[in-house]
Amino acid sequence: MPRTPATAAASKPAASSSPAWSSRHLLGLQELSADEIRLILRQAEAYRELATSNAKKSALLKGRLVVTMFVEPSTRTKVSFNLAARRLGADTLDFAAGSSSLSKGETLVDTALNIEAMAIDILVVRHPASGSPESLTRQVKSAVVNAGDGAHEHPTQGLLDVDTILAHKGKVEGLRVGIVGDILHSRVARSNIWALTKLGAEVWVCGPSTLIPAELQEFGVKISHDFDDLLPKLDVVNILRIQLERIKGPPMFPSIREYARLFGLNGARLKTAKKDILVMHPGPLNRGVEITPDVADGPRSVILDQVAHGLAVRMAVLHRAAGFAPFATGDSPAEARSAKAGGPQ
Amino acid sequence: MTTLLIKGGHVIDPANNIDAVANVFISDGKIVSVGDKAPKATETIEAKGLVVCPGLIDMHVHLREPGKEEEETIASGSAAAIAGGFTSVAAMPNTEPACDSEAQVEFTILQGRRAALANVFPIGAVSKGRKGEELAEIGQMVRGGAVAFSDDGAPVHNAALMRLALQYAAMFDRCVIQHSEDPNLFGCGCMHEGRVSMELGLEGIPAAAEESMIARDVILAKSTGGHLHAAHISTRGSAAQVRAGKASGVRVTAEVTPHHFTLTDDRVRSYDPVYKMNPPLREGPDVQAMIEALRDGTIDVIASDHAPHATEEKELEFGEAPFGVIGLETMIGLVITFLVEPGHITLARAIETMTINPAKILRLAKGTLSPGADADVTLFDPKKTWTVTAANFKSRSRNCPFEGWKLKGRPETVVVGGRVLSCR
Repeated sequence: MPRTPATAAASKPAASSSPAWSSRHLLGLQELSADEIRLILRQAEAYRELATSNAKKSALLKGRLVVTMFVEPSTRTKVSFNLAARRLGADTLDFAAGSSSLSKGETLVDTALNIEAMAIDILVVRHPASGSPESLTRQVKSAVVNAGDGAHEHPTQGLLDVDTILAHKGKVEGLRVGIVGDILHSRVARSNIWALTKLGAEVWVCGPSTLIPAELQEFGVKISHDFDDLLPKLDVVNILRIQLERIKGPPMFPSIREYARLFGLNGARLKTAKKDILVMHPGPLNRGVEITPDVADGPRSVILDQVAHGLAVRMAVLHRAAGFAPFATGDSPAEARSAKAGGPQ
Repeated sequence: MTTLLIKGGHVIDPANNIDAVANVFISDGKIVSVGDKAPKATETIEAKGLVVCPGLIDMHVHLREPGKEEEETIASGSAAAIAGGFTSVAAMPNTEPACDSEAQVEFTILQGRRAALANVFPIGAVSKGRKGEELAEIGQMVRGGAVAFSDDGAPVHNAALMRLALQYAAMFDRCVIQHSEDPNLFGCGCMHEGRVSMELGLEGIPAAAEESMIARDVILAKSTGGHLHAAHISTRGSAAQVRAGKASGVRVTAEVTPHHFTLTDDRVRSYDPVYKMNPPLREGPDVQAMIEALRDGTIDVIASDHAPHATEEKELEFGEAPFGVIGLETMIGLVITFLVEPGHITLARAIETMTINPAKILRLAKGTLSPGADADVTLFDPKKTWTVTAANFKSRSRNCPFEGWKLKGRPETVVVGGRVLSCR
């Protein structure tokens, strides 16, 4: 049987000052407090060295099984979770679900219960249906980590984006961050909006009016449809991928060409931006559509940094999902290992 | 000769403006008198402390037979009706195959008689096969016993067909019940479009999908003189369209479901498909608008839109699960708890929306305790508190969004054509 959160959390005696996680699951950033987001990022910081090296490996998750169940195509997120799990010493298993569990006449819950019967500890799920990770938490005992659900949230992407900003800017509070593109269908946008607004950034969303519902103002963000006007004011610009596959019915903007003209980030446009602006993109890139190659590969781009930060962030998230208390200040992964050894396993 | 005396109950018969303690005397399946007299009867029901009203009519239910008998049958749906205090139901034609012919209409009536519980009245399809292309044989279906026409589950999208339907059905003095929804605006939506859908990343259904269709149909009803009944309206804008239509003399009536005056789209935050219905749960101000429209007479009828679905279908992802909730067995409790108890409407007004009003819309000689009327009577305890437990329902399905709710007002006994049936 998978370990219950209570048992696992109890395995490490909590230091009196040690803050606790609110949950082992990570479903979205909307429900996390600013403090807990900071705590996960501090945890990621503790894993930074381990994340960037193949030489060392933690044994924190030795004997634990992390299953990645991706019911939607993904390259970097799946690889990143697998690598993060392995660097923490976990066993990993990739459950290759077809395009959808429905295609086989089995519900997602049935699929998950079947996998769980194999005694897994952490289930990392990507699914085209918004809310499916949350539904799973009601049915399975494993910790569930959302690796992107429909247009709802992509919490580890939101965390790694914030982590990248922190690494380059030293802070998030007070920064003016623009998120550009199809906000309506973007889980990356939602997770970024929750994390950034909680941490005190001034968040702007920019794109065609058909992809930016007015309700977004209630999320505490500002809306612009004029990229040329907005760009010079930004400290960070996060360019989203145009996801034509999520648009059903008539196209919501007239053409890719017109989109690129109005909202694409190219070299000429970037010249109007602040000299130290960060250019981010969650990938995969549509080069020449929302971002031109000279910008994507240029000096202001931190796109590959984002990928590297993703690894440390996902190690932190798996640490949390496994039920281990956060490292106290000054703790190192090595100390966590010894703490774990004392627990009932 | 069988006679029945319902003694000492609080008789509320809005059609006759009766709201007093009285006895109801029934003979040979017909109402004989309502008053102080207590004639000797072969059977007597002590109704002290109970409300005695004309048999309740739910003019919008889905009984799934033929086609999806695992979800509901005409017999199980009739049993659910009796358990909920309803003596009559009108069955929507979105069965498989669709109820679009005289034979199908007669089959529904026959199955209702075999079940011998509630009266089951068929609503015929507007279009052949409910495809929205050409009129079904409305005249034949009227002869077979159809009480109204609708493609419910889907709208009559084609404006020319809707115009023809209103004109043609009027020839037989029947109304057209529209499932008001513009399919293009509806798109692939699965919940109300608004702040919550934006947070959840679920495809939204704009209020305009419903409102624009009602606006169009009110215009068509006006120009044809036909009777438009707008099923399950759910938004502020829809109420405004119906109100304006009535004010300008259009023959338009409207209904609301209990879930649209009790629940909002906030419920969908759980991603639980038990909160997925069409029209979707709307926002707080829409719920307020439904209550206001019930109070001012804009909305004529409360109907359940009882829509049974198999549990395994409702366990799919929110976007994939079918629309609909069951409602027959919770309706009285919800109406009393959320409309009458807080003082939004009187008990008499509530009863009116489930008796004489639907009877008029469906052209039924029911919904009243007038001497000579069919002896359909509902007895319920307006003070009794109970807890909703779907596992105990007579319906074959369990997709009830009110599980565990404490409700006030419970049906006790019904009389159908003079025959006494217990609600438990």
